[in-house]
Amino acid sequence: MIEVVSADRCVQCDVCIKVCPTDVFDRGPDGLPAIARQGDCQTCFMCEAHCPTDALYVAPFSGPAPAGSPHTDEAALAGAFGEYRRIVGWGRGRTPGSRADRNHIFTERLRTAPRNP
Amino acid sequence: MNELTADVLVAGGGPAGAWAAVKAAEAGASVVLADKGYLGTSGATASAGTGVWYVEPEPAARETAMASREGLGGHLADREWMARVLDQTYANMNELAEVSKYPFPVDGDGRQIRRGLQGPEYMRRMRVRVRRAGVRVLDHSPVTELLADGSGAVAGAAGYHVREDRPFSVRAGAVVLATGGCAFLSKALGCDVNTGDGALFAAEAGAELSGMEFSNAYAIAPAFTSVTKTAFYSFATFYRSDGSVLEGAGSRRGRSVIARTLLSEPVLCRIDRATPEEQRAMRLAQANFFLPFDRQGIDPFTDLFPVTLLAEGTVRGTGGIRIAGADCSTTVPGLFAAGDAATRELICGGFTGGGSHNAAWAMSSGTWAGRGAARYAAGLGGRAAARPVRALGEAGVRPSGPAAGGHAEHVAAVQAEVLPYDKNLLRTGDRLAAALASLDGTWRELRGTLREDGAGVVRARSAAAMAAHARWMYNAALARTETRGMHKRLDLPEQDPAQRRRLVTGGLDEVWTRPEAGALAVAS
Ligand SMILES: Cc1cc2nc3c(=O)[nH]c(=O)nc-3n(C[C@H](O)[C@H](O)[C@H](O)COP(=O)(O)OP(=O)(O)OC[C@H]3O[C@@H](n4cnc5c(N)ncnc54)[C@H](O)[C@@H]3O)c2cc1C
Ligand code: SF4
Ligand code: SF4
Repeated sequence: MIEVVSADRCVQCDVCIKVCPTDVFDRGPDGLPAIARQGDCQTCFMCEAHCPTDALYVAPFSGPAPAGSPHTDEAALAGAFGEYRRIVGWGRGRTPGSRADRNHIFTERLRTAPRNP
Repeated sequence: MNELTADVLVAGGGPAGAWAAVKAAEAGASVVLADKGYLGTSGATASAGTGVWYVEPEPAARETAMASREGLGGHLADREWMARVLDQTYANMNELAEVSKYPFPVDGDGRQIRRGLQGPEYMRRMRVRVRRAGVRVLDHSPVTELLADGSGAVAGAAGYHVREDRPFSVRAGAVVLATGGCAFLSKALGCDVNTGDGALFAAEAGAELSGMEFSNAYAIAPAFTSVTKTAFYSFATFYRSDGSVLEGAGSRRGRSVIARTLLSEPVLCRIDRATPEEQRAMRLAQANFFLPFDRQGIDPFTDLFPVTLLAEGTVRGTGGIRIAGADCSTTVPGLFAAGDAATRELICGGFTGGGSHNAAWAMSSGTWAGRGAARYAAGLGGRAAARPVRALGEAGVRPSGPAAGGHAEHVAAVQAEVLPYDKNLLRTGDRLAAALASLDGTWRELRGTLREDGAGVVRARSAAAMAAHARWMYNAALARTETRGMHKRLDLPEQDPAQRRRLVTGGLDEVWTRPEAGALAVAS
């Protein structure tokens, strides 16, 4: 689930509010996106991919991270911000990740592999 | 109330809805597309990586492609439809390359490999194309019910602008339902927007469903996470907690072994049968597959990790709204269906499993439904918007008795009957009948009382849609007294040659299932 909005990184562009398919965010009084309905988060990582300044962190769990979890601690997570957007290949000067896609290998394998009993 | 008019209204902005909107607009229609979430990020494709049933137009290759899945699907598919989908998918993938400049990977000879699409990139580009086509896009604007004219023809829809907190209506010549399948809010990747709304709307308008017994898709995911990617688990070995190998467990046939074991103990997994080259390829295929591992410090190729099975219902099942014509029309005039909202039996019978047919169906059926709807609307001349209309919504919006809230309890009651492996995946007549009885009770209750104000109408209607979906599923599953495709009856494990026909289901307060008449004749 979405756990962290970095106030330092966020430029208040509202993109995450707009793109979240399950409408998790509201614009807070300070202009920052507030995680208003965390329970509706479907852990799809789309907000992370779209955030232009790598200001969001979606923890990999489908339930809320427990209090004190490192997955809610911005400082501990520094390296993880923007990771998914980088892999998708979005942002200035990057190559779309789809250029390197190897999904067809697995489709092929599924087609030809002997099935498990 | 925001009141709009259009020739064609498309409900849903996944791949099926996006293609429908583009093709309707290219055919000259004015088009409104309303999505529950956001066109470009919403739906099962947007956050996943999908293989696509893309086969060069060489007779031998096409023949192999069609023959390969007929048995798995229980021989319920139709060769003519398969051939059409292969043609249309080939054309649309080429359009993606040429019109949308989708950045396909290239092979050693510099030729593009057009057999897969990464969801985020694909759907971002589809949004651009839809808007360039002049389509009016309404994001965060779920449709909540259809409108019909005096003859019963569908004439638009009503919905709710969630972020603006106000209702809207669209008077339209024709409507395309492309709202996806139903995964019962299981939190499977990208699927919580898919609550089967379109099937409920269609049934209220008098349309039929088909293949609803093929609705027990479950996908493997690391425990406590959302990320499913079934294909990669064919490289995995499954273990019990004492480290012994779980015999017979696998990502395809062996999924029921995993399910049975999960009922009483954890199942661990390691993706230990992938070569280093395959491991690298996985990282490049579905970009978010590794996030749950990397973010928990797990190396899935060397470490054991617990897994779960997440319900995907009809998202990776094949049941849905019954298609009545080559243009993806339904049995109701003015109503068209596409993608997971429609049945996919026509091209894969009772099984889709390892993908690629679904994506092909979404873009092909979307194309046909969009064009069909545009043609139908044009045929109405200028009359469309002048028709007097009535709203068709019942359960969750117009209860038969005094209104009360409580969608969450109804959702929980439905989930208790459809998510457990021992009810939906490991099916027996007794368990299906008991679950159906409980679901019928939930339906009666919500039909009598459920309504919520403002944006609450969306959750109330989703709850009603899930309850209806579950009842159609189990009614059909009881009627198919054999094992075929993904529908496996533990009490009836054999395929019965006499039941090689599709099952049509329908009804709201009274649910029914009957064999489809004569339709397989075209297949032979
Ligand atoms: C993890 C995963 C991996 C997959 N991999 C493959 C693969 O490799 N190959 C393959 O072929 N298929 C694959 N599939 C299946 C494929 O994603 C679907 O078949 C495809 O997304 C169907 O497209 P759609 O447009 O019909 O539905 P969706 O993409 O689900 O879109 C439905 C849209 O309708 C909207 N909606 C819902 N209700 C309403 C409403 N009431 N009003 C307005 N809008 C509404 C939703 O917000 C959503 O945008 C995969 C699915 C998953 C979940
Ligand atoms: S998308 Fe990123 S920068 Fe924009 S408002 Fe959201 S968190 Fe802030
Ligand atoms: S992970 Fe998906 S559902 Fe959750 S906040 Fe981000 S975009 Fe919304």
